[in-house]
Amino acid sequence: MTKTQVQLRVNGRTHELWVGTNRLLLDALHDDLGMADVRYGCGEGVCGTCTILLDGEPVSACLLFAVQVEGREITTLTGLPAADAESHPIQDCFLQAGAAQCGFCTPGMMLTALALVERTERPTREDIRYELVGNLCRCTGYTKIVDAVEEYACRRRGNGSHD
Amino acid sequence: MVAMTEAIESAPAGTTEFTVVGNSPAHHDFQDKVQGTLRYGADWKLPGMLYGKVVRSLQPCARITAIDTSAARELPGVVAVLTASDVPFNKVVDNASGGLGELTVAQPVLAEDRVRYTGEPVALIAATEPEIAAAAVDLVDVSYADLPGIFDPEEALEPEAPLVHEAGNVLVNWRIGRGDAAAAMAAADVVITGEYRSQHVEHAYLEPESGVGWSDNGVLTLRVSTQVIEHASQIARILDVSENKVRIIASYMGGGFGGKEDMTVEPYLALLAWHTQRPVRMVWDRQESILASTKRHPFVMRYRTGAKADGTLLAQEIDIIGDAGAYPCLSARVLFAGAALAAGPYRVPNITTRSRAVFTNNVPASAFRGFGAMQVVFGYESQMDKLAERLGLTPTEIRDRNQVSKGDTIPTGESLHTAVELTATRDLALARLGPRSTATGPGCRVGRGFASGMQPYGRTIWFRDHASVWLTLQTDGSLLIRSGVTDLGAGQAASLCQIASEVLGAPLEEISVYIGDTALNPPAGGTFATRQLYMSGNAVLSGARELRDSLAAVAAEELGVPPDTLVWRDGMVRTADSSGQNRGIRLAELAQMCQRRGVSTSNLHTWRARGGEFDPEAGQGDSFPDYTYGTHAAEVEVDTETGVVRVLKYAASHDVGQQINPVRVQGQIQGGVMQGLGYALMEDHALIDGQPVSTLFANYLIPTTMDMPDIEVDVVESGEGCGPLNARGIGEPPVGPCAAAIASAIKDAIGVRPNRLPITPERVLELIDEQAAGRVAKDGDHE
Repeated sequence: MTKTQVQLRVNGRTHELWVGTNRLLLDALHDDLGMADVRYGCGEGVCGTCTILLDGEPVSACLLFAVQVEGREITTLTGLPAADAESHPIQDCFLQAGAAQCGFCTPGMMLTALALVERTERPTREDIRYELVGNLCRCTGYTKIVDAVEEYACRRRGNGSHD
Repeated sequence: MVAMTEAIESAPAGTTEFTVVGNSPAHHDFQDKVQGTLRYGADWKLPGMLYGKVVRSLQPCARITAIDTSAARELPGVVAVLTASDVPFNKVVDNASGGLGELTVAQPVLAEDRVRYTGEPVALIAATEPEIAAAAVDLVDVSYADLPGIFDPEEALEPEAPLVHEAGNVLVNWRIGRGDAAAAMAAADVVITGEYRSQHVEHAYLEPESGVGWSDNGVLTLRVSTQVIEHASQIARILDVSENKVRIIASYMGGGFGGKEDMTVEPYLALLAWHTQRPVRMVWDRQESILASTKRHPFVMRYRTGAKADGTLLAQEIDIIGDAGAYPCLSARVLFAGAALAAGPYRVPNITTRSRAVFTNNVPASAFRGFGAMQVVFGYESQMDKLAERLGLTPTEIRDRNQVSKGDTIPTGESLHTAVELTATRDLALARLGPRSTATGPGCRVGRGFASGMQPYGRTIWFRDHASVWLTLQTDGSLLIRSGVTDLGAGQAASLCQIASEVLGAPLEEISVYIGDTALNPPAGGTFATRQLYMSGNAVLSGARELRDSLAAVAAEELGVPPDTLVWRDGMVRTADSSGQNRGIRLAELAQMCQRRGVSTSNLHTWRARGGEFDPEAGQGDSFPDYTYGTHAAEVEVDTETGVVRVLKYAASHDVGQQINPVRVQGQIQGGVMQGLGYALMEDHALIDGQPVSTLFANYLIPTTMDMPDIEVDVVESGEGCGPLNARGIGEPPVGPCAAAIASAIKDAIGVRPNRLPITPERVLELIDEQAAGRVAKDGDHE
């Protein structure tokens, strides 16, 4: 397999790496760049575990080759907190709601939810369920996840940018 | 002395209220999990690391006539190709019954002369890149000669059935009985029969089986996603090295649910790392995981239930057949739990239960949340509903007349020794449903049902279970807990911190818990059977109390008060005198005092569960330490045009004795319900002649956000569990009642009782058609 040089822009930093043209973006992020928050769950784009934001939109990193995303802005969970903050408010909401159990699906879940709340300032519980349908969780039963997203949307409105 | 003590302002003296236990601190693993920084089985990389793959059988039952590995070996980048002849000791013997009568059948690590299920490991590859390892798998040429297979456990019981193993097709045949069931049945006013069937279910943890192995200083270390680090001894046997040469470290699991209780990647990683003397990573892809990992046992359950006209149970005759698949794994123990719990939480003076684990050429079945005791809930609760209907009683009345209470004798002859709060859980769950919903369309019907269940926590008593912990108060006042527990994501490690904090007063942020390492932790047993809060929680509680006793002697002398009046809280030990002049010593100072006086601030403690014996001939004896009881109530809407069942409302209530962390308790119940609803309505690892129909998440469906209503939880705290501070285990219990509650609600909606899981739209339409054709008996059972 021929290797090629790609520049990946991840969480505001540019990384240069040599990858095979068949190198999945998921493997490039997890193994080549050492990002433990981007995880393999199914490799078929169904479970949402490897969700990243690509120019702000949630996508499955297992369905893209690394060479396809040059010049795009990739955000993973660890890229969410502001430079001077330990955590992003959505992480605080998940923590306080007890919305993680094994934690494996949690990064993808939060990124998908974040994109929803960016678009929809006041999502209903049904809106949240509809948006998260592509993020599987086997531990929580989803109730606390929906609670956490609802709370995050509420806090975000409370911060004054929308209401 | 004065310099080392200081005044405390407020004095909540001598209170027995908990300050840490019973709260829901969002600490320990929760923090790393929302930060995305927890390192799971695949998140480990070492210099020179190779990538391992398993070559698996594509045949369910065949003789291996040849294995040609030459093409795979020649592929550049391939470092090792191993087959059965490379395995020093090619056997895994489970002996899950603990020597109480199962066949001794060894499972090969790599198949030698024949394969017995689709997905059985045949060869191993290690290569420098994962893509090369995957390509090499396709280059291993295995020649097979088909053998007649057997795929239905009932057919496997026929005299002429092909043998999966020469020793026979019946792995174990449990009998449990008391009284004279035949005579009592003959004398009964009413006899209800029922046949219930459940399916293969995939665990579907989001983190696939994964880990890394390496060799260092002559010791093989495996860092893997596993529930049981004690498999190190099996690995030593397989490699034919002594047990001190194998170390297993368990990463925090991305879910397990029983599926990481048997070994998964461990033997393959061990063999590859040992042979190559290089680090090796292995991650099963999702398709491989669904194809080859163990499943929940499908049960065929046949019930005959005899009662008096007033509804009092007289007799149960129960026959259970479980499809063990091709190898023993933990089937003997699963079928024991099914047998022991087959009559559920109801008094039955005369009972005979037979429960058999039967080999087939299907994928092996083994541990899965609920472990045999969950399948039978569908059986016994359906029988109770049918009995009520036959006698014109309500489902509540029939249960009130038969429900067990503390002190009652169960079928194994044991007496229940803790509170049974089933009525309280039922009242709460039913009240939670609120006003009945109205149907959303002309073809839609709303129905309601409930089901109760009892689930053991702790290992079967004859295994004489024990767990150890090592607690150390450091000279800066921080506390170390070292315990061999593994963490499934249910807070196994975090709950130990809460208990230790409660006893010793060290703040949670100053406690570290080191878990899951055979080299550095005292053994705690694996995390399964809802046993870790019960076992390791008790070990921490009593170990911390012992440690506190030795620290208290020093503190009491310093403070001039009796040791039993000291209060341990907020990183301090202080007096609790009524004068308000409380004085205290910081734990750091106390630890230094102890050091100066030669008093140890460390305690290695082993907690032992009650032991006992079970007599398999008599079918009587000691079975489980205790049970967690609960009731679930459901409201569903059935679309009679499409057969789709929508769960509108769902409420679950369990008595957990004493909550250690209420948010985590709720999480266990809500998550258990999700798995129970998937089991009830959609999940089916269907096999056709041993070949799985679905091996992708795209076609093995588990509940999504859109399938799940909000799960309402009510917790009862009877204060009578056998766990630490009277807690009961809550890991497995919530998965049990779901299918029975849903089936009962569907019966209420459409008038026909489902008796086969999952209750898919197709099956609902079949039930409706049967009803239209008049093939349904008055009580909703099929004729």
